[in-house]
Amino acid sequence: MTTSSNTISPAPPPPRRDWTWVARQPLVGPLAALILAVVVFSIGSPRFLSPYNLSLIGQQSIVIGILAVAQTIVILTAGIDLSIGAIAVLGTIVMAKTVQSAGGVGALLIALVVCVAVGAINGSLASFLRLPPFIVTLGTFTAVAAASQLYAGSATYPVTDPLLTFFGQDFGIGAWRTTLGVGLLVVVYAVTFYVLNQTAGGKHVYAVGGNPTAARFTGIKINRTLLMVYIMTGVIAMIAAWAALGRIPNADPNAYQTANLDTITAVVIGGTSLFGGRGSVVGTLIGTLIVGVLRNGLTLIGVDNLYQNIATGVLVILAVAFDQIARRRTQ
Amino acid sequence: MTNISSFRKITHRSGIHRSLSALVLAGAIAMTASACGGSSTPGTTSSGGGASANVKVGLITKTDTNPYFVKLREAAKAEAAKQGADLIALAGKFDGDNEGQVTAIENLVSQGVKGILITPNSSTGILAAIKSARDAGVVVIALDTATDPANAVDATFATDNKQAGVFEGKWVKGTLGAKTPKLLMLDGTPGGTVDDFRHNGFLEGMGIAAGSPEIAGMENTNGDQTKAQTAMENLLQRVPDANAVYTINEPAAAGGYQAISAAGKTAQITMASIDGSCTGVANVKAGKIGATVMQFPAKMAQKGVDAVVTFAKDGTKPSGFIDTGAQLITDHPVTGLDSKDTAWGLQNCWG
Repeated sequence: MTTSSNTISPAPPPPRRDWTWVARQPLVGPLAALILAVVVFSIGSPRFLSPYNLSLIGQQSIVIGILAVAQTIVILTAGIDLSIGAIAVLGTIVMAKTVQSAGGVGALLIALVVCVAVGAINGSLASFLRLPPFIVTLGTFTAVAAASQLYAGSATYPVTDPLLTFFGQDFGIGAWRTTLGVGLLVVVYAVTFYVLNQTAGGKHVYAVGGNPTAARFTGIKINRTLLMVYIMTGVIAMIAAWAALGRIPNADPNAYQTANLDTITAVVIGGTSLFGGRGSVVGTLIGTLIVGVLRNGLTLIGVDNLYQNIATGVLVILAVAFDQIARRRTQ
Repeated sequence: MTNISSFRKITHRSGIHRSLSALVLAGAIAMTASACGGSSTPGTTSSGGGASANVKVGLITKTDTNPYFVKLREAAKAEAAKQGADLIALAGKFDGDNEGQVTAIENLVSQGVKGILITPNSSTGILAAIKSARDAGVVVIALDTATDPANAVDATFATDNKQAGVFEGKWVKGTLGAKTPKLLMLDGTPGGTVDDFRHNGFLEGMGIAAGSPEIAGMENTNGDQTKAQTAMENLLQRVPDANAVYTINEPAAAGGYQAISAAGKTAQITMASIDGSCTGVANVKAGKIGATVMQFPAKMAQKGVDAVVTFAKDGTKPSGFIDTGAQLITDHPVTGLDSKDTAWGLQNCWG
């Protein structure tokens, strides 16, 4: 877990006996919460740490986890994307319906074009027309969800194509077996982490969200950066759609209706600021895993659904509260 | 220089704050986990069949909120307590949430339950998860809604929805008497198995073929009162002389009644429904709905829990379709058609 310390941290090393350098890392809070949850659940249930169960938590986190990467990038620009889950669902339907005529590769390409097109619409409206992303993506969410229902004829489509269900296959590292989808999840996070932290484009994302005025003065093209961000959400949504068919080989227009909010939950618990410019995908991965661990762990120790939702809700509010307080302190 | 030093100071302060937030966040999780764990004897996950260990039963409903599933859950909890079993109740996040139910099955199997009772949100999407649960030695029983194919689970405990539809249709036909039906249909969700069974059963009970001219209009309501009201308002604009209304469930009937009553057509229209909720039966008593066909979710839950406990004891698996019954409720009985009055209905209703 390399630190992505995206708060602007001072270069000189902290003085001796100054323990606050630990706390300056934005990931400490979420990571501590995750570790504590894991410890509590492994005491509460001997099955929790079994390889099979850990693999399950990974598999259950794939789709929301991948979508949450897109949500993180958007939130880093001080935006929000309410349509991301609906775009992915449309992607699954497009794949399932075109695979007969276009084949596996063709279906993936068509889905990519469709998802990127919706992302580009979001991006154009949010950047060039300066419409609030909340409103823009609320609109596309409604329209895209309806388009999925229409295109699917309100039916579900079982998917058998080996390429479309590719990420449902097992693979093993030693005795530990899991699905390729879990591997994909890791790869998507690794690539995004690299792009955000090691490339100029990634730095621009932080700059645009953190201080747009300063970003403009330094010559960053804000509109182009925003457009690229939303186009990337389309690409990531398509990847999530592919992974979703691996996890459940059934394209269903009713699926993932709460995915938009679930991704925001993961991002916020992971410590990324809703005000933009501060946060990281590593935090989001931890946030995704916290939600997955809570749901799985609470089930394992025999806790009902509604209590699980209460736990998640409390976490979100706590995370946002701390972000707010932290911001006020720094102003 | 001063600028930089003050900047550092600020980050230090927010840093301290973060460590604080980490602690509180962690504390919150610990509290949630331990508070809940305390009530359910943490650490007793030895499902190996020791005589003292409680049998664990998982229940996965479509949602947490619908009173029908609340009744089903409460009945299952009560029966589990009576049998000395532990019941873990999970649910999809919304009506139609297949992924949430797949996750619930996986976690329950990992937890070591003996059996899973499920009302599937997707009759086909859930199949793979059910198969792996059964492969792991867990008995899986569908409650209320069958899977497609139905033999994907060990057994199904449900209302015979076709039969319920037939009762509804026969009562409407009997009440109309010699009049030629001019029928409006408030359907549920397109493609739902329950919806098809009730719809087709109703037409069979009425003695009308699908697509025949007596069917003057059909709308999907998702079983939702608001949508049903809008649908009926529009249908009545198109077919002002309708005289019979089929409704998929009682919320749809309640919405339909609002529209009918606002249009001043209550005398002209005979409407029936299916469900048997206490609200629905009260509406029958008040004359808003002519008749309803009661289902028995509590019975499904009890039988389901019993079957899992039996399986845990001696390995006997339930099988096939077990009809939990359907009862016509009306204060205007039709000759030759078995029915109970609303007094009986209010004693046996759910929700």
